Amino acid sequence: MSLSLDEVRRIAALARLRLAPEDERVFAGQLSAILEYVEQLRELDVSGVEPMTHALAAGEAAALREDEVLPSLPVERSLAAAPAREGACFKVPRIIE
Amino acid sequence: MSGAGELLERSLLDLSAAIERGEVGAREATEAALRRIEASDGRLGAFLTVTAEAALRQADAADARRARGRRLSPLDGVPLALKDIFLTEGIPTTCGSRILEGYLPPYDATVVERLKGAGAVLLGKLNMDEFAMGSSTENSAFKPCRNPYDLSRTPGGSSGGSAAAVAARLAWGTLGTDTGGSIREPASFCGVVGVKPSYGRVSRYGVVAFASSLDQVGPLGRTVADAAALLQVVAGHDPRDMTSSTRPVADYRRDLEAGARDLRIGVPREWMAGGVEAGVEQRVREALALYQKLGARLVEVSLPHSRYGVAAYYIIAPAEASSNLARYDGVRFGLRARDARGLAEMYAETREQGFGPETKRRIMLGTYALSSGYYDAYYLRAQKVRTLIRRDFDRAFESCDVLAGPVCPTVAFRLGEKVADPLQMYLADVFTITCNLAALPGLSVPCGLHPAQGMPVGLQLVGRPFDEATMLRAARALEREMGPLPGPEAVSMARGVS
Repeated sequence: MSLSLDEVRRIAALARLRLAPEDERVFAGQLSAILEYVEQLRELDVSGVEPMTHALAAGEAAALREDEVLPSLPVERSLAAAPAREGACFKVPRIIE
Repeated sequence: MSGAGELLERSLLDLSAAIERGEVGAREATEAALRRIEASDGRLGAFLTVTAEAALRQADAADARRARGRRLSPLDGVPLALKDIFLTEGIPTTCGSRILEGYLPPYDATVVERLKGAGAVLLGKLNMDEFAMGSSTENSAFKPCRNPYDLSRTPGGSSGGSAAAVAARLAWGTLGTDTGGSIREPASFCGVVGVKPSYGRVSRYGVVAFASSLDQVGPLGRTVADAAALLQVVAGHDPRDMTSSTRPVADYRRDLEAGARDLRIGVPREWMAGGVEAGVEQRVREALALYQKLGARLVEVSLPHSRYGVAAYYIIAPAEASSNLARYDGVRFGLRARDARGLAEMYAETREQGFGPETKRRIMLGTYALSSGYYDAYYLRAQKVRTLIRRDFDRAFESCDVLAGPVCPTVAFRLGEKVADPLQMYLADVFTITCNLAALPGLSVPCGLHPAQGMPVGLQLVGRPFDEATMLRAARALEREMGPLPGPEAVSMARGVS
């Protein structure tokens, strides 16, 4: 399994990650090596095996509860760590030109 | 200050008993720990934030409660410290990342609430691999942490600061998190006790998420009883974490001294089948022989799919991480890149500047594994392999009560030794990872020093789901038989200073 530079760029774009050109090359090599290692999962016959989609066994997790209104974080505290805000909103750069 | 040095050598429960009897004040203990941190942490790098003033305030409050005969718990007045992954209201929480530098959380994690409610004194926040991704704490964006037994070696990771702080006597106990071995591996490398409870035993509310189906919070302590006492306080159902279990919490200290007689200890063939450093294997085999001497029965078991654990993990964990880390986008908290033109550019630049190389690598890996056309081949297949791994354990536990083997194939490696080869770093977790995939409890308990290298070796014990009690009892039986591990040399150096 070998990842091309184009694939690395495509994945970075999906992950909203900008990579420096030298990082693209390093990652192409390292990710290829990891994916090659992971290939060994193909040796196993997993037909008929259910995926483990929950870490807790059935009946282990909390039962569903009534939907009740509980206090949530006040707006001011929710906004306190925002890099930019305007009024009671998070402010972001222009989305549509 | 020999009195302070002696105080720092005590276990958490010994200190607690001394506070209870009025022989030692919480302030005295807190001051001793803060002085030790001041004197030795410059070299060690275990702490990212020290909250001295708040700690002294909490200590005074604990002393006042004690004077009124109103101690809240065995942790009341005991100085502890937390991995910097736990949200602490108004106290910087970075998760070892530049993207959260300076972030002040608006609320406490449930485990922090519980420790505060038990009266514990919180000394500060501990160093870690960025977003808990790593096995050496070298991925911390701020500084490396070193091993108290040998400053040229890593303390392990990702909870490296949590293990180093306990080993160097900077705190009487700490909390860490374990997604693939991040409590057990550093505990093994630093010669302390580290416990990863069953998935769902401890609330993850307010714990910065890495891989949500694998992450679990657990204690690190100097003794098995110390770790059990810490677990007792943080374990239990939390309505704010939908994956937290409603099972009642056992009394972890009740049967701790019950010994190993009649215990059936399963030894997975695959864990002892080579690839383990000779000195590590020797100490592990000696520990197994001690168990026999104590009346336990060794049973050979097999975990045939365990060799696929690392491969399955490096699909599942990065996939979950790539989703969890999508929230770091420069909008609601943390870093935002300046002068970006438009929203999309702001996202990409913020994430380029804020994340370190290992975090980027895992986001890339996870994004790839989940991307269109690859989901079935990677993620779905890995989740099926996870089922096979869990079935192996279920079968093994039909003939034994607890499993035993090495925590790690080696003792602590040197700083820089594995940074250039991510896959080699991942393989440090080969024995710990399957326990997370199967959602089981596991721990590391010291079983001696490597005969040639003089570094601590940990024995791993793995229990049935939610049977932390048996695993802790087995660990205590070994600890009692072996006596305390020789303390780190760096500690004796620091002792001269404080």
